[in-house]
Amino acid sequence: MRQVYGWLLLTPAAILLIAFTHYPTVATLWHSFFSQGTAMRPAAYVGLENYLYMLDDEIFWKVVRNNALYAAGTIPASIAIALLMAVWVNGKLPLRGLARMAYFTPTILPMIAVANIWLFFYTPEIGLLDQFMRLFGLPSHNWLGDPDTVLWCIVVLAIWKEAGFFMIFFLAALQSLPPELEEAGRLEGAGRWYYFRRVTFPLLMPTTLFVLINATINSFKLVDQLFILTKGGPDNASSLLLYYIYEVAFSFLDEAYAATLTVALLATLAIIAIGQFFIMDKRIHYR
Amino acid sequence: MHAIELDGVTKRWDATMAVDDVSFAVEAGSFVVLLGPSGCGKSTTLRMIAGLEEVTAGRVRINGGDMTDEPPARRNLSMVFQSYALFPHLNVRENIIFGLKVRRVESGERDARLRRVAELVGLDELLDRRPAQLSGGQRQRVALARAIIAENPICLMDEPLSNLDAKLRHAMRVEIRELQQRLGMTVIYVTHDQTEAMSMADRIILLRDGRIEQDGAPDELYSLPASTFVASLIGAPPMNLIDVADGADGAVIEGVGHVVTGGAGAGRRLGIRPEHIEISAGDGLPAALIASDYLGADTIVTARAGKQDVLVRVPGHRKVNNGETVRLSWPRESAHMFDAATGRRIGYADPPAAAIQSGPGADE
Repeated sequence: MRQVYGWLLLTPAAILLIAFTHYPTVATLWHSFFSQGTAMRPAAYVGLENYLYMLDDEIFWKVVRNNALYAAGTIPASIAIALLMAVWVNGKLPLRGLARMAYFTPTILPMIAVANIWLFFYTPEIGLLDQFMRLFGLPSHNWLGDPDTVLWCIVVLAIWKEAGFFMIFFLAALQSLPPELEEAGRLEGAGRWYYFRRVTFPLLMPTTLFVLINATINSFKLVDQLFILTKGGPDNASSLLLYYIYEVAFSFLDEAYAATLTVALLATLAIIAIGQFFIMDKRIHYR
Repeated sequence: MHAIELDGVTKRWDATMAVDDVSFAVEAGSFVVLLGPSGCGKSTTLRMIAGLEEVTAGRVRINGGDMTDEPPARRNLSMVFQSYALFPHLNVRENIIFGLKVRRVESGERDARLRRVAELVGLDELLDRRPAQLSGGQRQRVALARAIIAENPICLMDEPLSNLDAKLRHAMRVEIRELQQRLGMTVIYVTHDQTEAMSMADRIILLRDGRIEQDGAPDELYSLPASTFVASLIGAPPMNLIDVADGADGAVIEGVGHVVTGGAGAGRRLGIRPEHIEISAGDGLPAALIASDYLGADTIVTARAGKQDVLVRVPGHRKVNNGETVRLSWPRESAHMFDAATGRRIGYADPPAAAIQSGPGADE
């Protein structure tokens, strides 16, 4: 009887998890070994053929490279800015509440709305950025139309959107540090930077790890802005892995290949997350 | 030149006056306790000396130099915090030498000092542990070691023993006092525990509502309390404070005919320490014994005279038969008189002339 109760209590959560997480994962893996079926020709088992195709796919490698640059651009910058903002608004400061709110605002805006705001910034000639450049006599530039700048435009937007969110975690962690520690540091003559480097930052490491993992996942997951700003263009210069998967699945209607790409994405994320935990865990002090 | 000198130091937060015009000077090498109930401003005073709190008015001088506006690190003092304030991610060694590293003391000197201090406080075996792996007493020692390794002549302590259990507290009390004397440190020690103050201090500064209520050696506070407030704070159990009324031949306790002291009664309070009262069969204040509290070496007996309870310390074990009628007597010089309205000391009750003149910290 006790076992029945146990299973009954587990069932609601289990149904949700299996239906929306485990089954889709397994189904995706399964589909990636089959060809794309049509009305005339049902899907057939093709082994690793989809994967071999993926390795030969130039666009795949391009979006992987884009995604790596995007991650490298957004993750450290957004974490550093978040930490800086948190330290800043944790101190004594006039209108502190307003400053905290201002930093947090980008987080509560929907990504689609954010992208529309930034679309105006980046628009050639009439956009805010170009108007600003004109003040210094610089020529107009099609920021989103230039393959050399488009990815960085997306990166800046993502940093702006995410830093405020991560700031909240750092702010909470900073406020949980006992104030006597700082006083003890001041008595010993530790300067602000020295104290930050030797005490505050190490004590924030658990939060930093948490934020780092979230930032990493987001750098693969957050692609909404592409729909508004660039649609991955020009010439896939701003396309990211997840956006490419969406295109393959719903524009090119090649679900089997999309499943293959998804497996690649999941594997990448799993390896990164495991790596972060194992490497960082040894160097972190948990209270 | 004094090690520390406070001159009219005041701290105000908006409407609240935390410390109000406090002045005192501390001799180098002495152990001074700031004593008082919570909220009396003792910790704030200490933090102003440390420079962790800004001074609203007045001056703080350390070793003769005006330090009122100097940052904490420039004041050449160490501090032990109530919560110890150890860095949880650093091991004992790193915690102790944190300040030396900040000040770039070269490593040979650093190691030598670390060895000396660790041995002094008995931490040599534990240098690689983290604070979380230590007991309360060991953490306390780390905090002490961090304070003394700087070799500053002044050490401030903010209720350093309040997180320890009673037995350990006693041991640490002895240890801190011994350390202070061996190193010749000037210590300002904040506590609300009168036992700590009495047993450790060269001098007690008793604060009340941000003002100094009395400033003197422990035995002065014990034998010549400046007010009922001091009388009720010093001693365990504290001094009996008995309301007296006018009687035909002198002051009496209302409802009891016996004259307890000469002179008028109304508007005065009689103070007698429980250890100075004797239970006798012969002459004295008639009272009924109502309770006893056996402490081992002695017993605290509660006697009721009129409507007032009087505590009496009796050596050994004393059983009380409820309602047992006895007489209480005390030497004349053990009775203190206070003004009932202001609480200030008036003098000994009917004192021998010699006591008034020779008594230190003359009465009002």
